[in-house]
Amino acid sequence: MSAPTSYWGSMFRFIARRLIIMPFLLFGIVTISFVISRFIPSDPLISIVGERQLNNPVVVLAAKQRWGLDKSMFGQYTSYMSNLAKGDLGISFRTKTPVVGDLIDRLPATFELAFTAMFFGTVGGVLLGVLAASRRNKIADHVSRLFALVGSSLPVFWLGLVLLYIFYARFGLMPGPGRLPPRVDAPNDITGFYLFDAILSGDFGLVWPIIQRLLLPAFALGWGLMGIISRLVRSSMLDELQADYVRTARAKGLTERVVFCKHALRNALLPVLTVLGFSIASLLTGAVLTETIFSWNGVGSYAVSATRSLDYPAINGVCILGGIVFLISNLITDVLYAYADPKIRLA
Amino acid sequence: MTSHVDQPQSFLIRAFSVGRRPQVAFGLVIALFWLIVLTTVSIWAPYDPLEAVGTRLIAPSMTHLLGTDALGRDVFTRVLYGARESMPIAAAVIVCATVIGTLLGAVAGYAGGWVDAIVMRITDVVMAFPAILLAMAISAALGPGLRNGFIAILIVWWPIYARLVRGQVLSIKQREHVEAAISIGATRRRILQKHVMPMAITPVLVNATMDFGQVVLFLSSLSFLGLGALPPSPEWGSMITEGAKNFYQWWIAVGPGLAILTVVLGFNFLGDGLRDVLDPRSKGDK
Repeated sequence: MSAPTSYWGSMFRFIARRLIIMPFLLFGIVTISFVISRFIPSDPLISIVGERQLNNPVVVLAAKQRWGLDKSMFGQYTSYMSNLAKGDLGISFRTKTPVVGDLIDRLPATFELAFTAMFFGTVGGVLLGVLAASRRNKIADHVSRLFALVGSSLPVFWLGLVLLYIFYARFGLMPGPGRLPPRVDAPNDITGFYLFDAILSGDFGLVWPIIQRLLLPAFALGWGLMGIISRLVRSSMLDELQADYVRTARAKGLTERVVFCKHALRNALLPVLTVLGFSIASLLTGAVLTETIFSWNGVGSYAVSATRSLDYPAINGVCILGGIVFLISNLITDVLYAYADPKIRLA
Repeated sequence: MTSHVDQPQSFLIRAFSVGRRPQVAFGLVIALFWLIVLTTVSIWAPYDPLEAVGTRLIAPSMTHLLGTDALGRDVFTRVLYGARESMPIAAAVIVCATVIGTLLGAVAGYAGGWVDAIVMRITDVVMAFPAILLAMAISAALGPGLRNGFIAILIVWWPIYARLVRGQVLSIKQREHVEAAISIGATRRRILQKHVMPMAITPVLVNATMDFGQVVLFLSSLSFLGLGALPPSPEWGSMITEGAKNFYQWWIAVGPGLAILTVVLGFNFLGDGLRDVLDPRSKGDK
């Protein structure tokens, strides 16, 4: 490595290179969404104005002009793009409200679920990984390997169903699906995250029910990540434990506990950082399925209802939103990789 | 962390020793089991997967191992028949995706320049979407059904192989044996066919084996959302949807979920084993 000043310089150039590509990718995402939406078997006009308004020439003409449906395919594409540039994704056929507003309303629910799952996955994964590394090739190691394998091979929607059946229907240990107990109003909308809203508005009675309802879906969603992280931590712990500095630490007479937690673990955690960026994307994907099982009113269940009713503006909106989240999480992944491994930054 | 030098072993001896490892053996047994079920189930299955054979929603018993569903169909028979829905589709997706991906990736990696740029930008854009959302949008646009599910999954799957093969070709292209071939005047086509692709194909085969289970899982996710298989079909994902509708009758959803789990696990182990057979230098789990 060269002098520390060039560290930030190279990091900055690396990020700048990634940022320059992003608008092009975004353009590609938007274009593909448009192409897919033109494949709808039904007349797009019906999904814009609704079947009853189809006989109303004023409404039909206005919609045609707004979406450029009376123009050529290219004309339609340009008016779609210019609407998009104004932040207009159209009106949802199903909810009859602007898609952008719908998405903004539902995004916090999805993030609340995904971040809780990420928390479970990371904390549980690190603990399991350390346990497996310290009991290498013993029973605890084999159990954690099996746990990781099963977690990444299970259909997440089936897991959610089984968890609900066991913990809610069979033994009544956990509440049923949904973000809130039945007939309870949501806390004041400050952040959209119910947990924070409940705390911020002083509604402490709601805190525990909200957490309780997060546990099962977040575990179902986070199990796969937990498995990945536990394997990663295990193998990087084993690598670190072979390193010279660990031998030195042991030779100094430090306890095994200190060697593990203070020396080896600190270095073994670096690769975990690189998984987190990538996990945002896979958690959001899993959220589509988890939300459906747990009646979670987020973007995922919105996408599912949209595809069921051929609500094209909404499907488009979710695809574009998903693409943007993907782009951002890829950027985070790249940056974390570059941070963890200088060779990538300079390539 | 092995220190011994690998002795050159014949392919069969290596395959045999890898195949005896418990995980790989498990994978083989699972794959064989489903293959046998897939081909012969119609001969020995006691019930019809689409006809009502008993009272609705009865719990598992000796006559109905996994009970009956809301239409009185035998759930166990349907789980077995599910293999005939998912596995041929998954195989078709894997074959088509590897062929398309390998061709495009090899050409892109070997030709470089604008060909490479175009192919890679297309993969970038397809992979910029969360796969499930893109597949949902495509199959919603095309309409439900297994054929459209197949098309949707193929569209999101091939770029993985294109990137994989391109990366392989780029690195193999730099090796000495390719340089030697160029220096004796071999044609580009011959170099790609004889000197680059045989080496690049190993990771493709390993990934294709592992991905087989993932495609089954993906297809079941689409069907679960009502997009892949259509209702009377005993596809595993749509059976889980039926299980969710009859939430208190646990036996409807348990079987298909376990079926998916075994396929994913089994082919994962099989892929691991295949990698060790094809590439003896790879180190498995320490």
